[in-house]
Amino acid sequence: MEIGWMVITALLQITVVLITVLLTVAYMTYAERKVLSFMQDRLGPMEVGPYGLLQPIADGLKLFFKEDIIPAGANKIIFSIAPIICLIPALIGFAVIPYTEGFTLFGMQGGVIADLNVGLLYIFAFAGVGAYGVILGGWASNSKYALLGGLRSAAQIISYELAMGFSIVGVLLLSGSLSLVSITQAQSGTWFGFIPQWNVFLQPVAFGAYVIAAVAETNRLPFDMPEAESELVAGFFTEYSGMRFAFFFLAEYGNMILVSCLASVLFLGGYNAPLPFLSFIPGFAWLALKTWALLFFFIWIRGTFPRVRFDQLMKFGWKVLIPVTLVNLLVTALGVYIYNN
Amino acid sequence: MMEAMFIYLATVCVVCAVLTVTLRQPVYNVLSLLTLFFHVAGLYVLLNAEFLAVVQIIVYAGAILVLYLFVLMLLNVRTQSRHLHRQWPFAVLILGAVGAMLVGALHSGVWGSASGESTAAAIHEIGDTQAIGLRLYTDYLLPFEVASLVLLVAMIGAIVLTKKSLIDDHIDQIKE
Repeated sequence: MEIGWMVITALLQITVVLITVLLTVAYMTYAERKVLSFMQDRLGPMEVGPYGLLQPIADGLKLFFKEDIIPAGANKIIFSIAPIICLIPALIGFAVIPYTEGFTLFGMQGGVIADLNVGLLYIFAFAGVGAYGVILGGWASNSKYALLGGLRSAAQIISYELAMGFSIVGVLLLSGSLSLVSITQAQSGTWFGFIPQWNVFLQPVAFGAYVIAAVAETNRLPFDMPEAESELVAGFFTEYSGMRFAFFFLAEYGNMILVSCLASVLFLGGYNAPLPFLSFIPGFAWLALKTWALLFFFIWIRGTFPRVRFDQLMKFGWKVLIPVTLVNLLVTALGVYIYNN
Repeated sequence: MMEAMFIYLATVCVVCAVLTVTLRQPVYNVLSLLTLFFHVAGLYVLLNAEFLAVVQIIVYAGAILVLYLFVLMLLNVRTQSRHLHRQWPFAVLILGAVGAMLVGALHSGVWGSASGESTAAAIHEIGDTQAIGLRLYTDYLLPFEVASLVLLVAMIGAIVLTKKSLIDDHIDQIKE
């Protein structure tokens, strides 16, 4: 009986979280087109529904009914599984994100699908696996553009994952746990009654490094080397069409939402309200607000910065970002040591 | 339940390990090795060692194997026409003997059951990340530091090897 309720609550939470994520992906594409349009003095999608609000649904349907093409000479098996390998890690990470305060449902704990004690590392493990989808997709397409895009992506993801990992170690030192639930709980409350106890105030450098690395990890402008359209057509998914293309697309946007959620949880207090008198607003609304603010930032820098060159990207990752995060780690470790004694 | 999971994971591990060395297409070899790593991580989870499981995926699947794949694609390794090494019967003989010894040792009772204080239940009690951290930084501090020194030497060595021409130029300049 116990197990039955456990399965039911888990399935319910998974359904709600997945639908939210997929809807966010859909409306993230809409928001991106709209915000970019406003930045460029255009209107953006206006035709489908009022203010073009139904555009993402029309786009989704279009992708669904498009012809599925497998190029000649492609490795059929790997060509088919690559988008799936890419998509699963992007969605599976949401299992450990605490989306609201703990509650009980049918006698089971809610608020997060799975409170793993290594939740943070779990997300990182699967983020690394997502790179396989990109490389294999590029390789299996039997196209030079796709192969180059895939290889670039592999190099980029490996380089920036390191910086991303180092930037969060400071947060781990402060909260003393790898569980995202504990990290969020450690950030409730305020200092002096008006500064929220968020890690971003203790780890501003790490937050900056994390955001830069996150943009590079998700292959977004100005770091979108793997799909640089002016040199590689579309990078690793040049040869993809229809549903398989949609999978890559979903994975990219899912990853963006995941890294934004993670940044909110690690640095911006997750579902905690910034000040006590604001806590009448439910936790998931705060998490959504913080995540959307970061997603807006993603669009904003896309509309602002030109693409960097590949050697600049690598130099920046290895010679600037990693040393900065290492020094930050050293300072944080010293600080925590002195504070604890 | 646990036993069924173990049998599944162990079977897939063995099958993938065999496929890793027998498949002809190099990319398929890497993919079966990837599957193997995931199932080994599954075995760690069964032993309440979530930290090890996740680190296994981060280090082996997320970093090392991606580099293998990277090199494979850059070099465009062709499938060799000669698949098996000509000394393969000899290798099978030795491996068979070692395997038999291992099976015998497992049955003789020396390693028959889990021993030591760090049982799966005990690890669950302290928390597996804490357990590893405590052991590593108290009892095994010296080996840990030696290992990191060795890795540092390897890193510097790699830089020296790849930058050889630059260093030679530099030496020439000094001589002049």
